[in-house]
Amino acid sequence: MAGKPRLHYFNGRGRMETIRWLLAAAGVEYEEQFIKSKEDLEKLKKDGDLLFQQVPMVEIDGMKMVQTRAILNYIAAKYNLCGKDLKEKALMDMYIEGIMDLGEMILMHPMKPADAKEKDLALIIERATTRYFPVFEKVFKDHGQDYLVGNKFSRADVQLLELILITEELKPDILSKFPLLKAYKGRISNIPTIKKFLQPGSARKQPMDEKKLAEAIKIFS
Amino acid sequence: MAGKPKLYYFDGRGKMEPIRWLLAAAGVEFEEELLETREQYEKLLQDGDLLFQQVPMVEIDGMKMVQTRAILRYIAAKHNLYGKDLKEQALIDMYVEGTTDLMGLILMYPFLSPEDKEKQLATIIDKATKRYFPVYEKVLKDHGQDFLVGNQFSWADVHLIESILMVEEKSCDVLSEFPQLQAFKARISNIPNIKKFLEPGSQRKPVPDDKYVETVRRVLQAYYVVKAT
Repeated sequence: MAGKPRLHYFNGRGRMETIRWLLAAAGVEYEEQFIKSKEDLEKLKKDGDLLFQQVPMVEIDGMKMVQTRAILNYIAAKYNLCGKDLKEKALMDMYIEGIMDLGEMILMHPMKPADAKEKDLALIIERATTRYFPVFEKVFKDHGQDYLVGNKFSRADVQLLELILITEELKPDILSKFPLLKAYKGRISNIPTIKKFLQPGSARKQPMDEKKLAEAIKIFS
Repeated sequence: MAGKPKLYYFDGRGKMEPIRWLLAAAGVEFEEELLETREQYEKLLQDGDLLFQQVPMVEIDGMKMVQTRAILRYIAAKHNLYGKDLKEQALIDMYVEGTTDLMGLILMYPFLSPEDKEKQLATIIDKATKRYFPVYEKVLKDHGQDFLVGNQFSWADVHLIESILMVEEKSCDVLSEFPQLQAFKARISNIPNIKKFLEPGSQRKPVPDDKYVETVRRVLQAYYVVKAT
């Protein structure tokens, strides 16, 4: 009988955070094994636990899964958080990939050199407000439903909420021109499993700060 | 009745190439609108055809699909190239993400400065031979089957052969330590749809050159400096 999924990563958001969100949204309890040093990472590699010598790695259902998208796809399918047919899945995948593109920019932002940070932040805000958020605002305007796809809670909603919250951390009034996304944020945040994940003491990790960044660099470089 | 899929991209590999490979492998004929001018791109934008203002875009089954992975997953699932159950899909996803990372190193190569090209080439060969190829070599060695997953031809096989050929273009003897991959390459190349795609005159695009780089920069008006990974 498979136990709880076990997440292998360092004690920070990085590429594991969306996986934490999705498991939480699905109401799945999980354990975390934090990588605290280069030696911890080397041990995982030496034991042959990391297919491409990289984390995230998630032990789940007898597999040692790597590659963020592979892991997310598996969890979403297993817990019925993906679309009900090929076309819904296609729509969902398009939205999610857009979400992950902006998410990637935010992920990489703390690692930009000091003289490029301001420009990078401006680009993130520009992309959020002119390329990504308008698309999702329009989706809700057009169908008037509570969820992004298929009138049903899905991974797309989890990932969009995560994106909204981390973008707000960079610019708190970023939703000022997106009233439907504001309402959406309130709605999804109130779903019991999400509400629980948003409370202090959950497995949700804090934004990257100088100390965490230094820790990550030490482990991964 | 839906017509053939129609691909919107530059006349070159870029992010569209794995999509061309997968459609070809599935035996699906497709049309292409090749973007040569800024005006063509602006028209697509104005017509609201590009969800996130980007290409690749593929018109397929009444949808204007964007985002490479979304398009690939749709084609794979539609044409039974995505495994028979969740666990096989998980393996295919892991393997494809690996080859995507490898091909990602090559994707930006044409846009680099000559010094950065040299550095990047070393990175490509190093990662191919130490991180990626050993994994697929071991998978094939361990199960002794013809295909990567579930003893059945899948998206993972198409993606792997594409990445092998791409790396070989940069270093022709890169498979010298990988006998399983050599046999795999020969086997997959002989599958009729793949064989056809590998012949001259197919829609497979050639190694990107300066003309391709110039076209992309002109159409996207993207003249910023690209750095090596």
